[in-house]
Amino acid sequence: MLGKLDWSAIPFDQPIPLVAGAVVLVAILAVLIWVVVKGHLPYLWDEWITSVDHKRIGVMYILLASVMLLRGGSDAIMMRIQQAVAFQSQGYLPPEHYNQIFSAHGTIMIFFVAMPFVIGLMNLVVPLQLGVRDVAFPTLNSVGFWLTATGALLVNISLVVGEFARTGWLAFPPLSGLSYSPGVGVDYYAWSLQISGVGTLVAGINLVTTVLKLRTRGMNYLRMPMFCWTTLASNLLIVAAFPILTATLAMLLLDRYLGFHFFTNEAGGNVMMFMNLIWAWGHPEVYILVLPAFGIFSEVVSTFSGKALFGYRSMVLATMAICVVSFMVWLHHFFTMGAGPDVNAIFGIASMIIAIPTGVKIYNWLFTMYGGRIRFATPMLWSVGFMVTFIIGGLTGVLVAVPPADFMLHNSMFLVAHFHNVIIGGVLFGAFAGFEYWFPKAFGFRLDERWGKAAFWFTFTGFYVTFMPLYIAGMLGMTRRLQHYDVAAWRPWMIVAAIGMAVLSIGVICQIMQLVVSIRNREALRDRTGDPWDGRSLEWATSSPPPVFNFAFHPDVRGEDAYWDMKTRAQQQSFEHDVPEYQDIEMPRNSPTGFICAFFASIMGFALIWHIWWMVILGGLGAFATFVVFAWRDHDEYVIPAEEVARIDRVNLEERRSLVSMAGAV
Amino acid sequence: MSMTAAVGHAHADPHHIGVVIEHPGPASKRIVTAYGFWVFLLSDIVMFSCFFAAYAVLSGQTAGGPSGAEIFEQRNVAIETVCLLLSSFTCGMASIAADVRNRFWFYLGMAVTCVLGVIFLVIEFREFADLVARGYGPSRSAFLTSFFSLVGCHGLHVSAGVLWLLTMMAQVFAKGFRADVLRRMMCFALFWHALDIIWVGVFSVVYLLGGAP
Repeated sequence: MLGKLDWSAIPFDQPIPLVAGAVVLVAILAVLIWVVVKGHLPYLWDEWITSVDHKRIGVMYILLASVMLLRGGSDAIMMRIQQAVAFQSQGYLPPEHYNQIFSAHGTIMIFFVAMPFVIGLMNLVVPLQLGVRDVAFPTLNSVGFWLTATGALLVNISLVVGEFARTGWLAFPPLSGLSYSPGVGVDYYAWSLQISGVGTLVAGINLVTTVLKLRTRGMNYLRMPMFCWTTLASNLLIVAAFPILTATLAMLLLDRYLGFHFFTNEAGGNVMMFMNLIWAWGHPEVYILVLPAFGIFSEVVSTFSGKALFGYRSMVLATMAICVVSFMVWLHHFFTMGAGPDVNAIFGIASMIIAIPTGVKIYNWLFTMYGGRIRFATPMLWSVGFMVTFIIGGLTGVLVAVPPADFMLHNSMFLVAHFHNVIIGGVLFGAFAGFEYWFPKAFGFRLDERWGKAAFWFTFTGFYVTFMPLYIAGMLGMTRRLQHYDVAAWRPWMIVAAIGMAVLSIGVICQIMQLVVSIRNREALRDRTGDPWDGRSLEWATSSPPPVFNFAFHPDVRGEDAYWDMKTRAQQQSFEHDVPEYQDIEMPRNSPTGFICAFFASIMGFALIWHIWWMVILGGLGAFATFVVFAWRDHDEYVIPAEEVARIDRVNLEERRSLVSMAGAV
Repeated sequence: MSMTAAVGHAHADPHHIGVVIEHPGPASKRIVTAYGFWVFLLSDIVMFSCFFAAYAVLSGQTAGGPSGAEIFEQRNVAIETVCLLLSSFTCGMASIAADVRNRFWFYLGMAVTCVLGVIFLVIEFREFADLVARGYGPSRSAFLTSFFSLVGCHGLHVSAGVLWLLTMMAQVFAKGFRADVLRRMMCFALFWHALDIIWVGVFSVVYLLGGAP
């Protein structure tokens, strides 16, 4: 009846996951009860859960990422403490638990923090920057988000019911095969990634189509803001790479569930094929994450330097070059597995070549700042912090791209330090910069600068104190994923790293405090102009938060930096506008399709993990029924009448006129 | 080099070389839908290419079991191929019928497409069942694993296509040739033709190359 599921799945003998799980469960219940009792449920359902508005979906993505960041962060804290205390002793974590923690940490941070964070920002901002009303497929967008949430849910369920994979975040066979991992851990891993992977693919298709087919009048390719370009590149990579992940995980699951022999040791299976396939997805994945961050830095640096982005065209070229070359380097992830010197040399050179367009970008940002009027607001701090940090990560990256050096450093703490250096210093700093930069656009008030700066400095310092010692430990020969060790030389560095982790945690607390304080002072921090940073691209041309239709008119773009251009022209021409002729606007109706889909996907995923076959069939039928019901509806749009559009837009225009006349007076 | 020279001349708008073409604004729904679906199809083809790659790597790994030449029946495959290629033709007829709003030819075209698709699936299913009965199931060897997965993955897509086809017929029956129904029909037709293209790949790589002794 319940497949493999019975009481032994609940880890009654392990206090840590049980207590953590209980706390989370109580917290969720408390929030649910509060929502129901206070009568917020209809609001949540109508305005958020069933919303197909790209801005709302973007915010929900970021919320999901933030919650999962705390989860992945607590895994990190546990690992750093374990390695600090586990010198010639077992430490405080049993080995199998420690193995689950590092696997979960990697999986969560990549799939459920970095991915939703950047996809959330792209969702929120790109249609605004393109001057359009929504993404190409609004309901599909909602489906994508909720499927990602399903994946996150399944990973968290594994904390209490059953176990998570003990295989590392990429689940290499044969370790992840049935003979070495007979439990449900790998199944949790594979199904949650499979489901959220579909969500990511959907988001990718949606954003590619949006950028390529839905731009406002006059927005030629070479007038698109840099963030739109990097979004395009990143989502092209999603569309090209995520199907590889889907296929690879499907093969692994077929091996595990039906006794197939893709990656087994027996009957002619080929383990190296898994390495090739997973890294053919996994290496582009790195650029899927970091390219949007590059776009964010471009926007931020240009805005806070008060200058157009230096070398815009070379930036576009560099972005697309990275997009292409990122598919030609995957083999550097297994230089040491006997591919031979020729193959290694080719992939080593390809890996080093990527540093060239990336270097172009760094110089462009520096030259954008050069001669500009730089304002060191929080988003700018994250950007400058990124430039310094990412250069270090990039240099160590070029170092390990040299095959002979990689033979010394692969699988060591040096490598751990390198990829945290680029992912934290690149993606996470970028996500935070984007969060601070676009928060006023999403919510209509700015974030508190003092807490924001404190968060930056603690995170920045904490990052260096945590990860620089790991480079040294790696040089001293410490391999990664060590549960305990006996080498005295490594110990001091592990203790320093643990202290760094504490500093980093203070940064996280500052970030939370910033949110709390800002929400409390939101009246004082209110952004009435819609343009709090004196921005340059179209998202600042509408009010904060934007109306559901984003723009009363499709803006007419006449050059790069569309909104800056409009502001300049408005000041010169003393801003005598005709009264615009408003028209009815059609917007997509809310739909619970995404939520219901994810509901059935969650049931199906859970049932598949535990081999509860009747429930699998039930979930599948439910999903198909949802699809048909959705296809059957007659009215998927509603009309906002012209008077309503006019009423909403007039407020925005008044604010803007006063802004322009004020600036003109100065 | 010619690019930099051209840019130097285009003073009015440095971002356009020669002719200045202004972007006209968002594309129509029909174009957006079809474009998005094309992108999806490309991603699906990437997924298939992984199974093709796996087949290429594993096709020699018979682990003492049978090789392709021993188990493939060219006659069956020929019938399958004819069915599928014909169904693409009839699907095209149904698309044209939908464009000119002719219900009779639409239903006929779709019905024939459906029958051909089902015949294809039945033949494939019988081939699989027969192999399993002889002890040559997918867990016999890595070669058979990759064979069953690649061909089966295509078969799953065809099954989904048949389900979609029936839904489309029901939609036209219930709602007529409405704009959104026609957009879906266009996507369905793209999907069905793409399956044909993939079958040509399967046919060539698996049955022709693998069937050679």
